[in-house]
Amino acid sequence: MEFFARKGRNAISALEKIGRASVMFWGAIVARPRPMKSVPLTIKQMYVVGVQSLLIILVSGLFIGMVMGLQGYTVLVNYGAEESLGPMVALSLLRELGPVVTALLFAGRAGSALTAEIGLMKATEQLSSLEMMAVDPLRQVIAPRLWAGILTMPMLALIFSAIGILGGHLVGVDWLGVDAGSYWSIMQSAVDLNEDIMNGVIKSIVFAVVVTWIAVFNGYDSIPTSEGISKATTQTVVHSSLAVLGLDFVLTAVMFGTE
Amino acid sequence: MRSGMHTMNNLVEVKNLTFKRGDRTIYQDISMSIPEGKTTAIMGPSGIGKTTMLRLMGGQLKPDSGDVLFDGQSIPGMSRAQLYACRRDMSMLFQSGALFTEMSVFDNVAFPLREHTHLSEDVIRTLVLLKLQAVGLRGAEKLFPNELSGGMARRAALARAIALDPRLIMYDEPFAGQDPISMGVLVKLIKDLNDALNLTSIVVTHDVTEVLTIADYIYIIAERQVIGEGTPEQIKNSDSDLVQQFLQGEADGPVPFHYPATDMRTALLGS
Repeated sequence: MEFFARKGRNAISALEKIGRASVMFWGAIVARPRPMKSVPLTIKQMYVVGVQSLLIILVSGLFIGMVMGLQGYTVLVNYGAEESLGPMVALSLLRELGPVVTALLFAGRAGSALTAEIGLMKATEQLSSLEMMAVDPLRQVIAPRLWAGILTMPMLALIFSAIGILGGHLVGVDWLGVDAGSYWSIMQSAVDLNEDIMNGVIKSIVFAVVVTWIAVFNGYDSIPTSEGISKATTQTVVHSSLAVLGLDFVLTAVMFGTE
Repeated sequence: MRSGMHTMNNLVEVKNLTFKRGDRTIYQDISMSIPEGKTTAIMGPSGIGKTTMLRLMGGQLKPDSGDVLFDGQSIPGMSRAQLYACRRDMSMLFQSGALFTEMSVFDNVAFPLREHTHLSEDVIRTLVLLKLQAVGLRGAEKLFPNELSGGMARRAALARAIALDPRLIMYDEPFAGQDPISMGVLVKLIKDLNDALNLTSIVVTHDVTEVLTIADYIYIIAERQVIGEGTPEQIKNSDSDLVQQFLQGEADGPVPFHYPATDMRTALLGS
């Protein structure tokens, strides 16, 4: 009996959390915008979450592309189909790996930092003091970070895919000797702008909203102690990774499942 | 803005306020008045919700029943826009200072001015330097909060708190964790600002000696109630055991030394 009661309490507190997260999202995104103030704040945050995540995205993208080039080649060469390496690398990256891996890396690099930063601002009473200065922390602190994440992650995903395709080229063409012309030309004819690139971008926008929302909310809702903030940071990485992988399946099923 | 004869002299009035956190009652039917232009101290043991009282006055928390009046208007009854308008007249000095860590001291003090006024940068610069001069930190304008000592951070935060020339300033434990010199500086600042700017000050603290020198009126709260009030003189001569224990810092008294426990003999030897 106690077991069911506990499960019930957990479910209720989870629902409450979703409710609080929605209220925060509403307050931050839908609130009356003030372009003169919000735009510079958002640009600053885009630098923090975007530009500073760039290196990890470039390095990971390059290696993933190289691994794909190598793995793809060893399989395809058995069937004499190594010319198809280009589309294989490009399609996997644009449809799946680009958006998904970028979102996972983003959650680890920028998401955890967002949670910790906002949690610390809460613990040091900076959010309260904004409120007492008649400045809405949702607009001043939360909204610029949300927008920055939502705007930068799709760009990072595209950069990830691009560098991955170059990594595939490096291994497949430069090292293993696949013909450069067929690598690019077959890729060009196989990749469709709407079907592949746009669907990847849409995925990435969805992941961006979810990951940034989770990261920012966990900071905003954290218990303002060192223990609470570390717990919130862990939760951000765990929850956003699970959400990305779960949503990826749903989105893939909707986008590519009915052919 | 100013209303009602009955509130003429009281900037803030707490009326029969009850506040609960979860199942725990923090305040039960408590009433206080904060006279305009004076320094009022709210004292009491740690952990009884003195900071909570400031948050109730600032509208960050809503009471379960009762009312908080600021200049005759009910704070809990305000819409968000009204509350934000009202907060431009009040200001709070947080215990940690709560300076924005990513901004210099100058930008911290300039922040409320940039948010709420349309003054030119030249005018803002003049105002900020004047405020910093008042707290003795004009030379520290370029420093960042992590480069300041605790006392300096609190003074910088004080400069920010008076940037918009509020009518009310609430100090949350301004003396906690300060060395004797910064303590003296803060005492002097609170007193001087109150006199020079004709502010109304509320000081929440448990530092008895400092408060007795700066406060015009003192409330001592404990056990969800006001247990003693009056001028420093009246408080010193209070015949309440609880007030005297608090003032003298006695280890045992109405507030027991021992946390409630079972009989020691039973605990050690078994029953």
